[in-house]
Amino acid sequence: MSAEVRRVDASELAAREVPETEAEVDLAVDLAGIHLDNPITTASGCFASGREVDRFYDITELGAIVVKSITREPRQGLPTPRMAETPAGMLNAIGLQNPGVEAWLEHDLPWLAERGAKVIASIAGTTPDDFRHVARALRRQPGIVALEVNLSCPNVSHRGLVFACSGPDSAEVISAVHREAEVPVLAKLTADVTDLPGVAEQVVAAGADGLTLINTLLGMAIDPDTGHPELANTYGGLSGPAIRPVAVRAVHQVHQALPDVPIIGCGGVREVGDVIQFVRAGASAVAVGTSTFVDPFVGQHLIGGLRRWLGERGFASIAELRGAVQPW
Amino acid sequence: MVSPAGNVEGRRDADTPVRAQCEVLTRRREGVYWHLSFSAREIAERARPGQFVNLAVDAPGTLLRRPFSIAKVSSKGPYAGTIDVVFDAHGPGTRWLTTVEPHDVLDVIGPLGTPFPLPQRKVPCLLVGGGYGTAPLLFLADVLTRKGLRTDMIVGAATRERLFDIIEAKRSSASVTLTTEDGSAGTQGRVTDVLDRVATASRTGVVYACGPNPMLAAVSERCRELGLPVQVAVEERMACGIGVCFTCVLPMHTADGSVRMVRSCLEGPVLDGARVAWEQTGVGGTSVAIPPAATSAAATSAADAQRRARERELWGER
Repeated sequence: MSAEVRRVDASELAAREVPETEAEVDLAVDLAGIHLDNPITTASGCFASGREVDRFYDITELGAIVVKSITREPRQGLPTPRMAETPAGMLNAIGLQNPGVEAWLEHDLPWLAERGAKVIASIAGTTPDDFRHVARALRRQPGIVALEVNLSCPNVSHRGLVFACSGPDSAEVISAVHREAEVPVLAKLTADVTDLPGVAEQVVAAGADGLTLINTLLGMAIDPDTGHPELANTYGGLSGPAIRPVAVRAVHQVHQALPDVPIIGCGGVREVGDVIQFVRAGASAVAVGTSTFVDPFVGQHLIGGLRRWLGERGFASIAELRGAVQPW
Repeated sequence: MVSPAGNVEGRRDADTPVRAQCEVLTRRREGVYWHLSFSAREIAERARPGQFVNLAVDAPGTLLRRPFSIAKVSSKGPYAGTIDVVFDAHGPGTRWLTTVEPHDVLDVIGPLGTPFPLPQRKVPCLLVGGGYGTAPLLFLADVLTRKGLRTDMIVGAATRERLFDIIEAKRSSASVTLTTEDGSAGTQGRVTDVLDRVATASRTGVVYACGPNPMLAAVSERCRELGLPVQVAVEERMACGIGVCFTCVLPMHTADGSVRMVRSCLEGPVLDGARVAWEQTGVGGTSVAIPPAATSAAATSAADAQRRARERELWGER
């Protein structure tokens, strides 16, 4: 594991206060003005309603919970097969199966709010008005600390091209959501574009308070014998460790261009070293997705592991590592 | 990183699954199938027939766990606290599992999913297994027998070699009827070809089935015609096994007449066979079409309401 073997730079050693014990390590971070006890969140679409993983451990230990994307109307999702395993990753095409905003507010959010979870509500739609409608329905609801706008949805008025592939289309959605929202708005972007910092600049100009980088990468797999695509939808989103280097690059690139914009880093996080990579690249918080499928405890493990990693190396806080990439 | 055997994580409530590092006890061939037994006290204590375990595999190019129906739980004797699973080595994950050795440590999550409901009154139970789908039914037969219920079995497969453990089936049940598609053992044909006859002869009140989905669809349809309650354990492609990824969905008729995609890892794998919208699952192929939102007249009929009322009384509160 290359992530486990790393040199501690001398300038870092000199600059910091050395904590006495691991317990003193400060994992708290600020994300667009939201205080999180630690930087570990869930990735949208990988945590369902929260109750499923709460069978294993207390999910309020997580810094925040990004829920599965909510749409205006209930969605049954796409036909199966919806998933295919690929080297160090997987393809999925679920189709945003969700109960719709009304049922989510009635059945899912009250439980999260009662538990005291910090909820980042992911919202999705096929027109800017869909997004606006959901954002409006989520106003003044308990527990919601931010909205994450899932821009990797097909835009019906643009040949089904996803919003996130176009800066102007993304900006239009963000501006519609921004007008309704009373909590910070995070734009979730894809790295399937030629100029990611350009798209990022446009959504920030439209009112995004932060960014989530990155969504899955579009992929395809074909059964060589039958000739069928592995997914009923033909194409699907690639996730898992396979996309991690792309995600770290995306965070770094955007952080260089927009150093003041908070970022949730996301893509193939499995181990503590992966979290550190994203924070050094410029992320304020780090979302865990596909790894939850393999290890339901991964979020809890990362929080404990992060404290140990920082304590052993004498760092007083995670926040001080943000953007700390040492040039060659 | 492999934790030592015996390490267990989880809330450890009576009904919550755990993650355990389990020592392999035996791994052997069983006919054309493979049989794996491992030490998993906390999972064994909680496991009920129909539930499954999710095993981490370490094969090159794999990322996800592999789900396996629980074939047996030993609660007494020298093997107390062990779980058995049976599988066919048909992919890189299952092929890797054929190479584990006694004393190796497996990372196991379980028990997961819904168990078979047990009848609240003494009715003869007919258990219908296809291929290695028979394995979890032997665990069920054991539990039903201990409750004092009569069990009969239909064990089917394509060929004699693919019939699973007939000796154990005969030990646990009042009668065992075999079917093979090539006629190499028992009646030539499919399990549904003998279902009516066996159900009548054994005065069956409840049917349980486990096997490939096309078989479960056919058994469910036959049971509907015969007016028999039917519970099936489905096998679907899964990514997480814990209800968070929405990969393993199946369409189900709901009481209000609509069709809803349910997760076979969380709301299943045991489902009411009469409520699965098999016609929309594309059985025979692998693709599931998405049901229209329109209300299905059949599902809201008076007969269906009566059936639901009868079954509530049969299974009790669930």
